[in-house]
Amino acid sequence: MGIRAEHEIHGRRKGRNVGVGLMLGGFVVLVMLLTFVKITETDFTRAPGTANTAAGSEASD
Amino acid sequence: MTDITNTPAAEHEAQLGDYFALLKPRVMQLVVFTAVVGMLAAPVSVHPIVGFASILFVAIGAGASGALNMWWDADIDSVMRRTSKRPIPAGKVQPGEALALGVALSGLSVMMLALSANLLAAGMLLFTILFYAVVYSMWLKRATPQNIVIGGAAGAFPPVIGWIIATGSFSVEAWLMFALIFMWTPPHFWALALFMRSDYDDANVPMLTVTHGRPSTRRHILAYTVLLAVLAVGTGFTAIGGYIYLSFAIVLNALFLIGAYRIWQRDEEMAEGDNYLVERKFFRLSLYYLFLHFGAILIEATLRPYGLGGW
Repeated sequence: MGIRAEHEIHGRRKGRNVGVGLMLGGFVVLVMLLTFVKITETDFTRAPGTANTAAGSEASD
Repeated sequence: MTDITNTPAAEHEAQLGDYFALLKPRVMQLVVFTAVVGMLAAPVSVHPIVGFASILFVAIGAGASGALNMWWDADIDSVMRRTSKRPIPAGKVQPGEALALGVALSGLSVMMLALSANLLAAGMLLFTILFYAVVYSMWLKRATPQNIVIGGAAGAFPPVIGWIIATGSFSVEAWLMFALIFMWTPPHFWALALFMRSDYDDANVPMLTVTHGRPSTRRHILAYTVLLAVLAVGTGFTAIGGYIYLSFAIVLNALFLIGAYRIWQRDEEMAEGDNYLVERKFFRLSLYYLFLHFGAILIEATLRPYGLGGW
């Protein structure tokens, strides 16, 4: 039979683990938001090496 | 039967707050504030989420260098009254844990800043962490009385990093903000060293008060304050300045100069007589001094789009 008694130290450890979990969750959300902003803000038509870009056609005018 | 509370692990088990204390949250506040001002004073707007994330990574990087500093300086910290309650000397966190946290957060913050902002900002953050942890903590702090002067550069980089986050490049205005913190640091810490008395002596840290004596430290405070005043008021006439900044700078620097002059005029007997009242007041003023200068730069930058800030 395992030890079932809850000690104060278990509570403290739980608090610490929840804190780390929340920080990791926040980090994941932040990276997701950053990715979304980077993808929507980047003008992929101006990527280097693209043949028919707006910049390319302007330059050739 | 063994009691779990009697084990060393249980007695010294660190809480999240102890690890957070390793990151020097008060220093981090200054880093965040000056980096935000640097970013917002730049003539390029940043997407709010990119800006928030980038400043967060700068703060984490600053915290990482704080943890590395506490790991290296644990022996000094345990001797000095001001630092004896830090997590390592208090026995709450093991030195190895502080080292691991510092290295891990350094890598994370630099890598993430490169992704959220740009490589130059990330490079500057890495340079700042290494400058504080290696050049200042490991080398200068115990080697020369100029430790505070050169080491102060580490605390002066955040507005430059903020500016680079927005623009991707260096500029004169960014370096002016750097110079403001760089020149402010020595009089700020020397005033502290004057009234903390034996702390630095006990720890064998070659502060100016220990190596050159207190009268010399008083002269140095006045000299640096004069140079700082010229720089701070002069900044008011540049692109990041304006009427508001200049008004703040004139008043604050007049008060700061008066304080430095009074410190210079006193000797130890007079200072001990009133328990270093003038030095303590000067130190307290120095905290407001930097906050209000950068606050004024922020106000100028905020009003500029409405045609009110700047010249």
